[in-house]
Amino acid sequence: MIDITRLVEIRWHGRGGQGAVTSTELLARAAINEGKYAQSFPSFGPERRGAPVMAFDRIDPNKPIRVRADVTEPDVVVVLDPTLLGIVNVASGLKDGGILILNTSKNIEDFEAEFGTKCQLASVDATRIARELLGVPIVNTTMLGALLRATEVVKMESLVEPIEQRFERLAERNINAMKRAYEETVIKE
Amino acid sequence: MGRKVGIEVSIAISEAVKLANADVVAAYPITPQTHIVEHLAELVASGELDAEYIPVESEHSAMSACLGAAATGARAFTATAGQGLELMHEVLYVASSMQLPVVMVVANRALSAPINVWGDHSDMMAVRDTGWVQIVVENGQEAVDNVLCAFCIGEDKRVLLPVMVHIDGFHLTHVVEPIVLPDQADVDDFIPPNEYPLPLDPARPVTMGSFGPPVIYPEIKKRQDVVLRESKEVILENWQRFGEAFGRYYHPVEQYRAEGAKTLLMTMGSTSETAMDAVDRMRDQGMSVGLLKLRLWRPFPFEELLQAVRDADLLVVVDRAISFGGPAGPFCSEVKAALYNQDKKPKVMGFVAGLGGRDIPVGGFEAMVHRGMEIAEKGGGEILETYGVRE
Repeated sequence: MIDITRLVEIRWHGRGGQGAVTSTELLARAAINEGKYAQSFPSFGPERRGAPVMAFDRIDPNKPIRVRADVTEPDVVVVLDPTLLGIVNVASGLKDGGILILNTSKNIEDFEAEFGTKCQLASVDATRIARELLGVPIVNTTMLGALLRATEVVKMESLVEPIEQRFERLAERNINAMKRAYEETVIKE
Repeated sequence: MGRKVGIEVSIAISEAVKLANADVVAAYPITPQTHIVEHLAELVASGELDAEYIPVESEHSAMSACLGAAATGARAFTATAGQGLELMHEVLYVASSMQLPVVMVVANRALSAPINVWGDHSDMMAVRDTGWVQIVVENGQEAVDNVLCAFCIGEDKRVLLPVMVHIDGFHLTHVVEPIVLPDQADVDDFIPPNEYPLPLDPARPVTMGSFGPPVIYPEIKKRQDVVLRESKEVILENWQRFGEAFGRYYHPVEQYRAEGAKTLLMTMGSTSETAMDAVDRMRDQGMSVGLLKLRLWRPFPFEELLQAVRDADLLVVVDRAISFGGPAGPFCSEVKAALYNQDKKPKVMGFVAGLGGRDIPVGGFEAMVHRGMEIAEKGGGEILETYGVRE
């Protein structure tokens, strides 16, 4: 488990349109609602649907976040899209002892050889959960559940209000998907 | 005293414009300013902001519409970025010369070519001499606060000038962070009604922007310069008033751990926050390094700058724009010009970094300080010293 009593830097990998930016915003809002300091931002630029994108969070329980540079040495990496593995070096700069959270239908052991030596691994079949509970394979809110299970960086209930504000009538389904992912996430130390 | 929320900076700026109760918003969307004017359009459409929203066909028209609105005594707001600011360039001079207090947020962006929507200060530097009051902010809170102050400053009868608030594109516009949105009642108390002295009115005809032949033009221009310089007093007054009302104080040159520092970094905009982390690291290593952040770009704060650098041996000035073929960084050359006739003055080393959204990490500021100290000691150095540019 990473140390959440100090600054935590999170990098999200997804494809344009999958909601990585939304996830980072929801998470930052949840943290700020808890009285923490937080910052979320996209890998700035014109969005292109389907292209690999990144988005970032910084969360600090103690002091305002001043740094406005890219997150290059994250504590946590979340990968929304399994097809990015092998295309993007998702573990780039990941701190020793950091955690890599994957959306995958494979077994977590299948990734140990590639990533397991330098970081912890967590995985969940978020695409299946999203298809089941949301009816679409958009996994951004689902993967928030995996992130909370793997890091406890904010409390689950803190995300409820930001999700309700963002998704309105679709909020409940997204919250359920997040909760299901929280339950199903597997962590490999 | 307001509520602290996690909010995207662009949305918070729109909320500030709503709090200021703007009468007219005329804007054309351009990255990275888009979210500001989109949200304002939503606020007007939903009736939350009782204003005329004019969806114009270009930035040139956006500024022209704002001029017309301001001339009738309406509180006018627009926002733009990069190429959009360039397209409205000639109208910027008309706004300041006719003393029309428009408020504009510029989401600072690089200039083409090649096309680049990311942030730097090329657009800001290109409008340096347009006669606008220009305030530079480093985070979302400062953006909100200074948009509120901008209306007070511009509309003050001693000023009557348009005001730009510069916010870094993407590095501020697209960031969600904690921001205190003031309460409406407090903002109502803070911003006086706009009472433009000679508004366009069919019952009381006035001429605006008339012909200025050689017999009168130089006097008008000198007068314009005096008004802009003298606006500093009103700016200081309003920042003081804002501080008393809301608890956040602003100064033309902000200092961070600068007291007694032999080397001073100088920055503008959002990278100032990263630079503070760099100063902390260098101070921890026992280096005598501090930071000056320029908040007021126009009128240029000569006295405050001289005061702030009086103990320093070296200034390391970081520009996010190039003066092609000239003295490299426009910010640095202004600082040099301000100091040149002083008997005792620090050496000044300029760097250009962060063009077109190129990242400047904490270590980047440390590297520039070290390189600046090396050049100051041993001599050498290029006219255009850069950080993070591949050779």
